[in-house]
Amino acid sequence: MQIKYADALIIGGGLAGLRSAIATGAKGLDTIVLSLVPVKRSHSAAAQGGMQASLANSIMGEGDNEDVHFSDTVKGSDWGCDQEVARMFVTTAPKAIRELAAWGVPWSRVQKGDREVVINTKQTTITEKEEAHGLINARDFGGTKKWRTCYTADATGHTMLYAVANEAMRLGVKIEDKKEAISLIMQEDQCVGAIVRDLKDGTLCAYVAKGTMIATGGYGRIYKQSTNATICKGTGHAIAIEAGAYMGNMEAVQFHPTPIVPSGILLTEGCRGDGGVLRDKDGYRFMPDYEPEKKDLASRDVVSRRMLEHIKKGKGVPSPYGDHLWLDISILGREHVEKNLRDVRDISMTFNGIDPADPAEKGWMPVLPMQHYSMGGIRVTPEGHSVNIKGLFSCGEAACWDLHGFNRLGGNSVSETVVSGMIIGNYFADYCNTTEITISTAAVHQELDKQQRYLESLLELEGEENIYNIKDEMRRIMQEKVGIFRNGKDLEDAVSELKALLQKTKQIRITKKESHLNQELEEAYKVPMMLKVALCVAKGARDRTESRGAHYREDYLKRDDANWLNRTLSYWAAADDLEPTLKYEPLDIMKMEMPPAFRGYGKKGNTIENPLSQVRQEEVDSIVASHQGDRFTLQEKLMPFKLQPEYKRQNERIGEDNNG
Amino acid sequence: MGREITIKVLKYNPTDSQSTPTFVEYTLEETPGMTLYIALTKIKSSIDHDLTSDFVCRAGICGACGMLVNGKPQLACRTLTSDFEGGKIELLPLPTFKLIKDLSVDTGAWMEKMSLRVHSWIEKHEETDLAKLEKRVEPAVADEVFELDRCIECGICVASCSTAIMREDFVGAVGLNRVARFSIDPHDTRTDEDFYELIGDDDGIFGCMSLMACEDHCPKNLSLQSKIAYMRRKLVMS
Repeated sequence: MQIKYADALIIGGGLAGLRSAIATGAKGLDTIVLSLVPVKRSHSAAAQGGMQASLANSIMGEGDNEDVHFSDTVKGSDWGCDQEVARMFVTTAPKAIRELAAWGVPWSRVQKGDREVVINTKQTTITEKEEAHGLINARDFGGTKKWRTCYTADATGHTMLYAVANEAMRLGVKIEDKKEAISLIMQEDQCVGAIVRDLKDGTLCAYVAKGTMIATGGYGRIYKQSTNATICKGTGHAIAIEAGAYMGNMEAVQFHPTPIVPSGILLTEGCRGDGGVLRDKDGYRFMPDYEPEKKDLASRDVVSRRMLEHIKKGKGVPSPYGDHLWLDISILGREHVEKNLRDVRDISMTFNGIDPADPAEKGWMPVLPMQHYSMGGIRVTPEGHSVNIKGLFSCGEAACWDLHGFNRLGGNSVSETVVSGMIIGNYFADYCNTTEITISTAAVHQELDKQQRYLESLLELEGEENIYNIKDEMRRIMQEKVGIFRNGKDLEDAVSELKALLQKTKQIRITKKESHLNQELEEAYKVPMMLKVALCVAKGARDRTESRGAHYREDYLKRDDANWLNRTLSYWAAADDLEPTLKYEPLDIMKMEMPPAFRGYGKKGNTIENPLSQVRQEEVDSIVASHQGDRFTLQEKLMPFKLQPEYKRQNERIGEDNNG
Repeated sequence: MGREITIKVLKYNPTDSQSTPTFVEYTLEETPGMTLYIALTKIKSSIDHDLTSDFVCRAGICGACGMLVNGKPQLACRTLTSDFEGGKIELLPLPTFKLIKDLSVDTGAWMEKMSLRVHSWIEKHEETDLAKLEKRVEPAVADEVFELDRCIECGICVASCSTAIMREDFVGAVGLNRVARFSIDPHDTRTDEDFYELIGDDDGIFGCMSLMACEDHCPKNLSLQSKIAYMRRKLVMS
């Protein structure tokens, strides 16, 4: 058995992990990135529609800035996010996109003069300014006041991932692919590395590091229907859970309105951002009836629920896979579809035989909401440090620092990957630079031996169960009982059924006994991990008796700011527990820059008010009324936040002087 | 009931001295819209737990699942079983790459070597001030760079290429396309001479025999042949 040493160990080679590695590498730290797959195949590549950053170059983004992006993000989160983190994020996002441009992301650029766009199904001419020519362009996305989502057609994640991976390679970052971290090495309450399995030869190796970061993305694959890649199993969360780390808001799971039926492959929100609309079995555009203001572009949680509500009224299109609705982008015209939505067209043609540029019904694509994003994750501070395990960091979708609260806005996730990679990556580097660890090789070998014995014990099991069936059963339970519409009884059942499944994982039998190149063995150790993640989601959902963002309870329809303005923390109190322990971390209204209010979409009058919201709003109003000076000093008065000085600098925009 | 289809897979584990390359046949019921991803996942979970293949995005975006399907290199996740009239499908691992097991090959190591060889990154001289306006780029130029940046490193062009079989160090259409991409990127300060230094030999731009199989099979429909010709002309001129 082998031991490797590094200053910084980063588990996960998607955008967040690679950007963090660039940060640690730049500070002279010996860094190793581990990835299940060659890093350019990470799920970041599948982000399609774009990245939010308030550049305000396009005429439709005029007047945009950090304040507007902040407000959209907080409303999107249904006031569940950490507003200081949202401020850190919106302030850094324009810098992140400019860095990516310099690294070669071929962002779509503004062409001065007239161009035709579709707004509210009408052909409209907009005129781009001369001074914006050649700067980064943006499209419209859900839940945003301005056109803020920057893009490279509908392959934005792909071009971003390639640029960041290329830059990491230029800097000589050490990347090891086909490697999977299966447990964290703990010394008392401190994380000092990970036990890592080589997926090619099956050997285990201990990686000892001053700091360990988990950037392994989301846990969507615990659901039967998910847009997530096959590798998004939440095993990064699971090794943190098994080390005792707190998870935050695991029940906050996003369902995207428009994956294509039946394959579940995502069709970007950019389809609707660019002017596409949802239609029902009569070809009727129904969203304006439900959401008069934002229409098809309300936040994802709202649109997904409205779609299912409409299907329940009998307006769905029957199919062998159940009822679905239509997504119509034919109204954008062939030229636009073939240029800006070409991957969408390719997916639709390949998997469904439909050319969405074909006129009217012929081009409509069948869609239905499916699991898409994990707002919850490893609970960390705004610096990315686990709230209860020293030396453990997390960023990107894997983390809950907490930018998205109970609903993430489209375009804020790829943006978060790189922004958190910059901010948290640098805090992580500082931590590794100032930390020395003393560890005995005996302690390392103990963990190595434990994992080795565990894997051997799995191969020795002689039970009746098949691990694939247990996995399918888990995914079905999550789909049916912990989905878009939730209720106490189903959630209660889900928790007990998942617990039973977790016990069943000890009664399996693996066909082949090889310790390497044995994908069934991999399932055998992954499925119990996935079940622990699933239990955090189900139990968190069961006990949260309110509706907030994507967490929607049919038996508790209101957002309850009086009792539930808090963050769920779930953790494994003892290793052989069958379910997580929950506790709650309150959000402090009196510190909020934007106290809780109506989001501007979704059902009105659906909140149990917290009296403090009113108090804080009056306080904010009086600070604003008496304020003299620019928007930056006002913001500082309302809610000061910490951020690295280089990222806190004011972002230049055309047409905006430095006084804001 | 769907029709019955037969999928024949070449199984082999090169790390196991007992293993010999063997075709194994699986019979299963076709479901509507079935892709090779769905079919192989079904085989793995219910017929043969030992079968190994690589799928990540299962949407034709990540490039992980290239394999030979009835002799043609293509992405398995984008391949519909209904496209095969007789319902008989034969699968082999992609040639040229190191075999890991069955249908799984090591494209990662190959692509890394190629990327290091062609310096697959932006080379620039000046620092970027992230708080200032970004460098302006003509919209048409950005679109042109994007067009070449769409490559997903699936390795299908390499598996289709005769030069790649003869010359172990040939950078392939993927590598030459990458150089073409950086050569037109206004952020990259390298000159044609610099690129000539990188790929001006038989393992680079002069290795291509213009058989065009790379372009025929590219799942992203990149115009590889014209880009290789363009780069060759450009570098010869320089």
